[in-house]
Amino acid sequence: MSEHSSTDSGDDLICLTAARMAQKLRTGEITSVELTRAHLDRIAAVDGGDHGVHAFLHVSAEEALATAAEVDAVRASGGAAAEALHPLAGVPIAVKDLIVTVGQPTTAASKMLDGWMSPYDATVVTRIREAGMPILGKTNLDEFAMGSSSEHSAYGATRNPWDLERTPGGSGGGSAAAVAAFETPLALGTDTGGSIRQPGALTGTVGTKPTYGSVSRYGAIAMASSLDQIGPCARTAEDAALLHELIAGHDPKDATSLPDEVAPFADAARRDDVAGLRIGVVKQLRGEGNSDGVAARFEDTLDALREAGAEVVEVDCPSFDYALGAYYLIMASEASSNLAKFDGVRYGTRELPEDGPVTIERVMGATRAAGFGDEVKRRIILGTYALSAGYYDAYYGSAQKVRTLIQRDFEAAFDDVHVLVTPTSPVTAFRFGEKLDDPLAMYLNDVATIPANLAGVPGISVPIGLAEGLPVGAQVLAPVREDARTYHVGAVIERLMQGQDGPLWAQVPEPTAAATPTSGE
Amino acid sequence: MTDTTAEARPLSFEETLETFDPVLGFEVHVELNTATKMFSSAPNAFGDEPNTNVNEVDLGLPGVLPVANRTAVESAIRLGLALNCTIAEHCRFARKQYFYPDTPKNFQTSQYDEPIASDGWIDVELDDGEVFRVEIERAHMEEDAGKLTHQGSSGRIQGAESSLVDYNRAGVPLIEIVTKPIVGAGERAPELARAYVSAIRDLVRALDISDARMERGNVRCDANVSLMPKGASTFGTRTETKNVNSMRAVEHAVTYEMRRHAGVLSAGGSITQETRHWHEDTRTTTSGRPKSDADDYRYFPEPDLVPVVTDAAWIERLRATLPEPPAERRRRLREAWGYSDQEFRDVVAAGLLDQIEETVDSGASPAAARKWWMGEISRLANQRDLEPAALGVEPATIIELDGLIREERINDKIARQVLELHVDGEGAPTQIVEDRGLEVVSDDGALTAAVEKAMAENPDVVEKVAGGKLKAIGALIGPVMKETKGQADAGKVREIVLAKLGIEG
Repeated sequence: MSEHSSTDSGDDLICLTAARMAQKLRTGEITSVELTRAHLDRIAAVDGGDHGVHAFLHVSAEEALATAAEVDAVRASGGAAAEALHPLAGVPIAVKDLIVTVGQPTTAASKMLDGWMSPYDATVVTRIREAGMPILGKTNLDEFAMGSSSEHSAYGATRNPWDLERTPGGSGGGSAAAVAAFETPLALGTDTGGSIRQPGALTGTVGTKPTYGSVSRYGAIAMASSLDQIGPCARTAEDAALLHELIAGHDPKDATSLPDEVAPFADAARRDDVAGLRIGVVKQLRGEGNSDGVAARFEDTLDALREAGAEVVEVDCPSFDYALGAYYLIMASEASSNLAKFDGVRYGTRELPEDGPVTIERVMGATRAAGFGDEVKRRIILGTYALSAGYYDAYYGSAQKVRTLIQRDFEAAFDDVHVLVTPTSPVTAFRFGEKLDDPLAMYLNDVATIPANLAGVPGISVPIGLAEGLPVGAQVLAPVREDARTYHVGAVIERLMQGQDGPLWAQVPEPTAAATPTSGE
Repeated sequence: MTDTTAEARPLSFEETLETFDPVLGFEVHVELNTATKMFSSAPNAFGDEPNTNVNEVDLGLPGVLPVANRTAVESAIRLGLALNCTIAEHCRFARKQYFYPDTPKNFQTSQYDEPIASDGWIDVELDDGEVFRVEIERAHMEEDAGKLTHQGSSGRIQGAESSLVDYNRAGVPLIEIVTKPIVGAGERAPELARAYVSAIRDLVRALDISDARMERGNVRCDANVSLMPKGASTFGTRTETKNVNSMRAVEHAVTYEMRRHAGVLSAGGSITQETRHWHEDTRTTTSGRPKSDADDYRYFPEPDLVPVVTDAAWIERLRATLPEPPAERRRRLREAWGYSDQEFRDVVAAGLLDQIEETVDSGASPAAARKWWMGEISRLANQRDLEPAALGVEPATIIELDGLIREERINDKIARQVLELHVDGEGAPTQIVEDRGLEVVSDDGALTAAVEKAMAENPDVVEKVAGGKLKAIGALIGPVMKETKGQADAGKVREIVLAKLGIEG
């Protein structure tokens, strides 16, 4: 097999793992410009049009190619500068449009921020720029990351590359779908209740929610400050770990960021030892709530783990039954406060009242009425109510108590087992509109992912096969600061569940090519 | 019961006290003099171009996060210790939520049920030296809001044509000090109000945690007043007069609100719990917005900040940095300097304690230090619309001037002239005296000639003096001074006249 770059077609290139791309860049087999252009071509081919994936809200071809050319130049110059390049230098990435970027619009998929350009970069964006990763563009999401299907985007839903009539999950459907459709090897997401992991499961990709505080939140538009966490989206656990290593670490601009040294996550993802692992299955998340297909793939996974030498035991986490309720109070309360700043006074959309006097209060009201979508309004109203005098103790206060109980359940479980595993999502990718009019059904998508956010523990979702032709994911949860364990066990499951057809990510159907590409500049 | 708030005429202060006992309460906001803001790295500075001392955090841009200023936290702990408070081992910030354009996030980051300092006291000294202990409920940290300027007739947001906002002040660190209800002040309530705010100002100045300039809003006072029937123990309904920002205004506002409440209550009306606006020109208050305990700010713990955790070692380290309490210092200095009560009070009121102490420490006599600072330096400062300290007069200059007088090289009048020339940049006093030839004329030749001339021109005066009316010599001194351009020593003139007339002095 020829290893010369000219024989690698763009299609072959984009199907590589990020780790492999990085290796080929390092050895000079390919250039970052070639690699970046191949992804931009791919985006142009599959993302736009009436039946495109629509993973991107903005594509920044020029900037991405400029970054790629710089990295290529440094590498070509050889010497110390080339040696000093980050291992991921030249590997393209996409950024969820909830994370602010200088030079590219940031909308949070809301009309509220239509046309807004951030004057500053998020800390994670600074890190990926410093590493020389070309930023392909900004990916779609549910408005302000509120949703589990990406249908709540003010700029149109993202389609699941596995079935374009279905959602890719949410809120980070854009990042997950872009990775699944080979539009990018890596993407940044944010996870407040499952927004990285659930789309990962529904698109057959890998998504990590790091330990709370592992990655700086500075520059991620806040939904629920005590739950939000930025994390990587990738096609393999190792790729996710490589990106996590880059973006993790203390940030003096985020008071909640941990001072810890960054652990070697990628090394953990390369481990294949299973013997001696004690794996807990959360009783509350194993049974009836899951679809038959999801339940079957999950039991297959447990069998495979046992066969490989792991000890699998069931653990009881009784407080998990209350996680969803507690989550929707805490999340909505914090969101109602975090979103108060969007009032049309200083930036973003400003809407004048249709009639009557133009007072500051009425402008704020008109702006918020026009700028926010229904799901955002629903959560603001819920959160405002929950924090109101007379209701605070019963709602926000009780929810915080549940949160403590969930943390204790995790602590007790991790006294017994190394990691916990659950299905990531109770169902596979659902059709557009299927849950749009039933918020509770939509919220139930996150029943398995939410406890990790409430407790601050790390979690990863990895693909474990197909059910009726659609991807299924399993989630691995580890104690706070033990993200390495999620990569270790996540990678083990990934390998065990590849089956005869190879990795799931290699089996994604070819999305219908767009008739007329609309993105790409 | 009808609300006759609007109609009832205020009673006189004396009438008020015949029937009612006042209950006071104060919320004093102190702006800290930290280099940067409470939760951002933007500069904390006064008087700059609007919206220049701001960064993305102060503007509440999407995605930003706050980080607490450690120096501000330490200032709060030091103030708490100086107010004899208990310092919390663990406390959190909270969000106080309301929509208003001076608050970029539409919530203020403050502290709610977990203040950094609580349950303290401060001894407040009244004009006659009586000490009144004011109990402190709490002191908590928060951020200031931006400054709104409403364009239009009213000067308020209602009815304004447009409003300008300057976010330079947004995020400036504040400590809010809240007293417990103050009962028993009686007729001295207004005086106590002034003395309390003055005591807080002196304290934060001594701690060097605030510039404490009231005219710049570094120290701002909200005064709560209620009345209860004499001898009662159940508090009446209170009003909160906002932003009373000078010592005098605090005294007047409390006086006015007491009289107004008394008028309303005596007429059978009831007081509405509300905020009041203070009007310096008329020395009255008008109704602001109704305020009830049901105001719902939807407080909840600020999730973007970690709790402040204090430990004993940190607190003791900060305690060691506390200055001598201002009241104790004043007692010590008054005794050491031997001023009369009135003299000492005037010095304190003029805010010149530090300057005089420094001057005395440098070797001047307490009397000379007081004379110069309270006299000519204050006068020159006043002329120039400056604080006396801002004139830049060093203790050494005062000691030098004083020495020149004691050596009789210049007289008082010349000394004042020399000081003014010094302030205007002409150098050290001795240099000025020499350069300008201002030394007292004591060489007998020139002086005797001048005296002889004056005696010759005023024979009637000479006759009176010769006849035993020694006081009449004064009438000769004027002409001699004129002749010598003010450089004559008056005592010497007198000696010469008496010698010439053969009278024993």
